[in-house]
Amino acid sequence: MTVTESQKAAYIAGQAADARVRVEIEAEGMTLNLGPQHPATHGTLRIIVRLDGEQVVWADPVPGYMHRGYEKLCEVRDYAQVTTLINRIDWLGSFANEVPFILAAEELMGIEAPPRAQYIRTILFELARIANVCLFLGDMGVQLGAITPVFYAFRDREFVLNLIESATGGRFHPNFDRIGGIKDDLPKGWIDECRVALGRVRGFCDQMEDLLVGNVIFQQRTRGIGVIPRDIALEYGVSGANARASGIDWDLRRDQPSPLAWKHADWKVFTHPDGDSFARYWVRLQEVREATRIVEQLMDGLPAGPIRAKVPARIRVPAGEAWVHTENPLGEMGYYVVSDGSPGGPFRCKIRTPSFSNISIVPWLLRGVFVPDVITILASLYFILGDIDR
Amino acid sequence: MVAAEPETPPPTPRHGELVAALGEALGADLVSHAYSATEAWVRVAPAGWLQAGRVAKEHLGLSYLCFISGIDWLQNPGLGGEKAWDPDVEASDPPGDGPGRWKTGVAGGGTRFQVFARLADLTRHVGLTLKVDVGDGPSDPDHPGAAPRVASWVPLFRGADWHEREAWEMYGIEFEGHPGLRHLYLPGEFEGFPLRKDFPLLAREVKPWPGFVNVEGLPGDDDSAEDVEA
Amino acid sequence: MSLPVAAHTILGIRGAYWNTALLKAVAVLLVAPTGALLIVYLFMFKMMAHMQSRLGPMEVGPHGTLQAIAEAVKWLQKEDVFPERADRFVFAMAPVVVLVSTFLVYVVIPASPREVAANLDTGILFALAVSSVSVIGVLMAGWASANKYSLIGALRAAGQLIAYELPLVLAVVGVVMQAGSLSLNRIVAAQAHFKLFGFGGLGLFAIPQVVGLFLFLVAAQAELTQTPFDMPVAESELVAGFMTEYTGFRFLLFFIGEFATAFALAGLGATLFLGGWYFPGWGLPFGHLAWTREVLGPLVLLAKILGLLFVIFWVRFSFPRFREDQLQAFAWKFLIPLSLTNILVTGILKVAFHA
Repeated sequence: MTVTESQKAAYIAGQAADARVRVEIEAEGMTLNLGPQHPATHGTLRIIVRLDGEQVVWADPVPGYMHRGYEKLCEVRDYAQVTTLINRIDWLGSFANEVPFILAAEELMGIEAPPRAQYIRTILFELARIANVCLFLGDMGVQLGAITPVFYAFRDREFVLNLIESATGGRFHPNFDRIGGIKDDLPKGWIDECRVALGRVRGFCDQMEDLLVGNVIFQQRTRGIGVIPRDIALEYGVSGANARASGIDWDLRRDQPSPLAWKHADWKVFTHPDGDSFARYWVRLQEVREATRIVEQLMDGLPAGPIRAKVPARIRVPAGEAWVHTENPLGEMGYYVVSDGSPGGPFRCKIRTPSFSNISIVPWLLRGVFVPDVITILASLYFILGDIDR
Repeated sequence: MVAAEPETPPPTPRHGELVAALGEALGADLVSHAYSATEAWVRVAPAGWLQAGRVAKEHLGLSYLCFISGIDWLQNPGLGGEKAWDPDVEASDPPGDGPGRWKTGVAGGGTRFQVFARLADLTRHVGLTLKVDVGDGPSDPDHPGAAPRVASWVPLFRGADWHEREAWEMYGIEFEGHPGLRHLYLPGEFEGFPLRKDFPLLAREVKPWPGFVNVEGLPGDDDSAEDVEA
Repeated sequence: MSLPVAAHTILGIRGAYWNTALLKAVAVLLVAPTGALLIVYLFMFKMMAHMQSRLGPMEVGPHGTLQAIAEAVKWLQKEDVFPERADRFVFAMAPVVVLVSTFLVYVVIPASPREVAANLDTGILFALAVSSVSVIGVLMAGWASANKYSLIGALRAAGQLIAYELPLVLAVVGVVMQAGSLSLNRIVAAQAHFKLFGFGGLGLFAIPQVVGLFLFLVAAQAELTQTPFDMPVAESELVAGFMTEYTGFRFLLFFIGEFATAFALAGLGATLFLGGWYFPGWGLPFGHLAWTREVLGPLVLLAKILGLLFVIFWVRFSFPRFREDQLQAFAWKFLIPLSLTNILVTGILKVAFHA
């Protein structure tokens, strides 16, 4: 169901015409501070919003409350230590942060990880995506006032986190990827547990479809809100589900040749033409379901073999520059690794994070928006502070 | 891959077309280019930076802004010893004066600072990394004390706003034409440019580079007979 | 000398006015907070928890039964803070106004044929009128807080409460027309004698007045500022609601007021639509067992109230919230026309089927 032009015009007219309390006191140019501590922002993001009555005149996000200086730290760490560090960029889908960096290092060294390692990396990558986006599906409900879905989200996410823990040793920060492969093999019985957990995740997605997507209030609150046109999205570098919700048919898993195992599974990319908050929610919901199918297919086809290529104990990456990007749960994440050929860590590591670009659109997006919709838009863009601030 | 030799072919024909078209449009401003197995780089003179962006966006279809950032090619004075450039790596082009002044990697010039950006074409699935040598900043022998500066891409890509603000606050590179360079991450009164190599990292001042700390064995090295998934 | 003593009775026992009035006041003052705390435990703690796949409070008392009392004690022992520029008198009186308007509703709800604090002839009219007074309390709270955001929240709340008064009242008009009286006891009696196409004895107006019941529940949900109509309260995501500057005992008064109002509105709904204290079969002459109605009537009423509240809270936990303009549009453009149509149809059918 697309939103037509007349519907959009009617929505805007309805905003003006319907009964709205007008506050005649000194309310012109009221500055609202969505301060760093706030229930609506996923972490310490500060947004200064200037209001004229109920409409936003300008909005200025102030990131940096969680800036940890990762790019500087990466220059003084060696490659194994950097892996520990970058887990914490997008802390809900942690394994996905390690992968592009390790792939960049492997590209510089000319090493290829064995197939089994690539399959397991892809499985863990998709599990990270499921864990991350399940939280979003529940959290968007909370921001809109439906308090129950987020509990279901946490409950069903626990199964996925338990899986990640049993495979890697860490629920949130696995630190599992190594140059040349992965650290350990999967424990016995893991695949069967994984199938059970994926069944639960699919049940959760069906529940969210009933509870939220089909709910008329949810649709009224999100359809036509925060529309990102396609060319604006490209200029700002919006990626991931946000871009696909604006009709951009682009998924790095499909479009970018990568040593990981996505090409061995049969799966679809979902796009939505509307570009509004509802579209972003819908696209992510479908992506979680699709991720469960990818994991099942990869587990069916899991090859036997070693899980790590022969790599010298002291990693020494030859001089050069490499850029690797992947379709992370939040969007396009990439590492531009510059190596100077010395033992030790990278010379320069530019971390391109998806939420940085996704939030840079907020000043443009929030102009003219009404105050209750600000929360809806921020919730639908779905950012993680560690991803913005690194 | 390793520092690219000029003979490395472009990864896909489209990459070659992009570089050729840019060369035509910019002429002498396109200083050099390089390829690897997956990427293509072009290096542009500062005068042609804005034009390069415009040509890429409007004529070559590279309408997606991935990122804009900077590199400081100075050797980190706080990390001596093992953290030095591989002596087998060729010196930069043109070579910097002074012994081991800097080596500048793929498509690197002789200046200390470089701004690099990546643009992508999402329909044809190609990307291009553009680099520009900005001045040497404080250590520029011709203009000591001057900030490195280059044109801003904000008129072309609205998203360049935040990327250039971050590059400015981290490196001190000034972007001419930017609506307002101000701190993005750092508090307003912060002095200094943290990502420059001569900006000290307090942790490493307190405890110098310890060399290799953790050496992790390969999975087969320790014979622990654990059951693994078939 | 015998002064003319009016028939002030409690359960058939005659007494002087001040005796009976005092006892009735005490009864209302006991029932209201008890009902509120009962609802808080049953629905807010336990039902919400189980619906969200968790357990709720389990520590304080067996299965957390004393949690509500613990919460009340916690609020009582907090510091009593006044904002510096607040209007102290208005600030202090605002929760009292809200509470008083709620307690007054309990006065007319009959728990059995003779257990009613005031058997008014204009029972339902009185109840609805008095429950509207809480809007003034909300406005007083917002104004006296000397806080821009509290005022905005209070004005929004007032707008919403006033807008949803109309569907509430109009939904009741259908019942009044069907029963032919405003008195709550007579409405219950009318339900007891009601026959639909020859079948009777169920004692519910919910079947003929199903539209009215729906309207009443929706309007009650909005009167309680519960999701999906809780934008004035959830505005605390962005700006603070009208209750921000309240802490300690005064906040406890607001809190109890909210749940006491829920209990009261559910009580009205149960009496108007579900038959109140009436259980099918109690119309028959009991003879000397008529006193059982006095004992079991309140329990039946309580069961019906809990049933209605179950629905109200279930909707609260399930739905997202309306935006303010959508909320107003829903009231003015959908509910009020629907309620007017309901009245029209009720009138037509009553005249057509009047035997």
